[in-house]
Amino acid sequence: MSLLEIKNIINKENLVYSKTKVVTDNVMHYCPGCSHGVVHKIIAEVIDEMDIQDKTIGISPVGCSVLAYNYLDIDWQQAAHGRAPALATAAKRLMPNHYVFTYQGDGDLASIGTAEIMHACNRGENITVIFINNAIYGMTGGQMAPTTLLGMRTSTSPEGRSVDLHGYPLKITELIAQLPGAAYVTRQSVHTPATVRKAKKAIRKGFENQDKKIGISFIEIVSTCPSGWKISPVESNKWMEEHMFKLYPPGDIKDSEKADEDPYKK
Amino acid sequence: MGELKLRKGNEAIAEAAIRFGCDGYFGYPITPQSEILETLMVRKPWETTGMVVLQAESEVAAINMIYGGASCGKRVMTTSSSPGISLMLEGVSYLAGAELPCLIVNVVRGGPGLGTIQPSQADYFQATKGGGHGDYQLIVLAPASVQEMHDFVGLGFDLAFKYRIPSLILTDGVIGQMMEKVIVADQEPRWTDEQIQEISGEWATTGKTKDREQNIATSLILEAEEMEKHNHKLQAKYREIEKNDVRYEEFETEDAEYLMVAYGSSARICQKSVEIAREKGIKLGLLRPITVWPFPTIRLAELANQVKGMLSVEMSAGQMVYDVKLAINGKIPVEHFGRVGGMVPSPGEVFEAFEKLILGGK
Repeated sequence: MSLLEIKNIINKENLVYSKTKVVTDNVMHYCPGCSHGVVHKIIAEVIDEMDIQDKTIGISPVGCSVLAYNYLDIDWQQAAHGRAPALATAAKRLMPNHYVFTYQGDGDLASIGTAEIMHACNRGENITVIFINNAIYGMTGGQMAPTTLLGMRTSTSPEGRSVDLHGYPLKITELIAQLPGAAYVTRQSVHTPATVRKAKKAIRKGFENQDKKIGISFIEIVSTCPSGWKISPVESNKWMEEHMFKLYPPGDIKDSEKADEDPYKK
Repeated sequence: MGELKLRKGNEAIAEAAIRFGCDGYFGYPITPQSEILETLMVRKPWETTGMVVLQAESEVAAINMIYGGASCGKRVMTTSSSPGISLMLEGVSYLAGAELPCLIVNVVRGGPGLGTIQPSQADYFQATKGGGHGDYQLIVLAPASVQEMHDFVGLGFDLAFKYRIPSLILTDGVIGQMMEKVIVADQEPRWTDEQIQEISGEWATTGKTKDREQNIATSLILEAEEMEKHNHKLQAKYREIEKNDVRYEEFETEDAEYLMVAYGSSARICQKSVEIAREKGIKLGLLRPITVWPFPTIRLAELANQVKGMLSVEMSAGQMVYDVKLAINGKIPVEHFGRVGGMVPSPGEVFEAFEKLILGGK
């Protein structure tokens, strides 16, 4: 009998990877090459590894990830467009020992929900924000987002985003880093195994910060949207590195724990 | 037995929130109801009952905080006045769709637009016909005294949790600002985590434990067939509320030949107008809807067999009068009298309108 027979391969000793139980068995509706699936998975792994499934409340946005509750087996609140930080504020203040996170896209967080995210950050709510920035409205079919790059073509900037007509792309993460209530502000991506590991570490740190009660943890994930960008998944990763990273460079922007003193708290 | 106090209507709401075991208040300042948030900030209930109080950055944020808190099975409330309530309506529609219990207070002022800070009843349509998008209703309680401002906080929460529906207290600048004696309730403890599990464990987002499926607070149902079923379920609930929880009060209706219909502060004024009529030997009565939704349709239809005409008195251009007319269905004449834009009619003025519109027109 050959050692390569499948029943000999699939056994506990050979197991190097398994799907976390926090991810459900539902088939995801996300397009091939979209970052949402990977980000969902690493959030689920963090929840599993921290053993906080029974204490975690997710707040899903309006956008492609509106159905996030179908994929992560935790309790969820589905928010009105842009308002997830308001829901999270109340949930966390009313259940301070729970872990509360929002999961929001760029249209949700940086356009319609600008007021709610700014004020939740400024109040220093002890929550974690996962901000998916793919510079486009995916769910409604590829319209211009607040983070759309100059020159980038979308269905509502068909000749490319221009300053005269549309204004500048909004670097909301840098704005948020100015606020004293924001404890940890970082920008990550999930387009290579190495960046996935780094992003997961950042998310874990964001969740652990909730125990320390030091303020909001804000994790931007620069993401791909091959369907919205109308290029292949492989090209999307390349395009993101070449263009998105120029305006949205990955790395920590602020870590209150490391800084000797937060200049904005003076 | 509770203590006897002298309180403004708005203060009575704040005090009642603490005493009825409210878990969280989220609000934004707007005249004529800012005393509610101010009173709570002075009382600091987070040091006594553990109640959370937060000044939100906007009414939009406040109502969404209500959504977040209500989703956790907590007893949460917000208060505002007309323009602020308009801003909240998207969130109210979501709350209704997701079947989340909560308490909202509208201390109505004159509109439209920024309008005036003076009292009005021009938000009746908004309150009783849903207000936001989609087919939905709120339970709408209309207090006519500072005592009722206090009592309806407890009643509003009870009904909200009985039916998993937002309750709305529809009041106005008169009752919000006036001072009256009020018997305040004894302090009720806030619900424990165990009680929340018992009352709302089936749906509240309190953290998914191994022994149950995940709980999701959502109003999103993409398949039209399923969304229709959800709508039918909501409508069945509304019919149930119409059957069980219509509340109203009657004055001098036993022998009445004519009837005034008025709620809230207008009902207080009409009570006086009825006295004026009775002094003149005119058999006038008053029906005061306490719930303006569900509306006392059946009782009004009964009274249409007894009286010769009805006058709907509102501080609006005529909104509730449509519900009165629907109840009466053309059987007897129904007229409207109201002052608008923040003006409050006097009892004499209302009586004169009654003489002209009902007696003169018979």
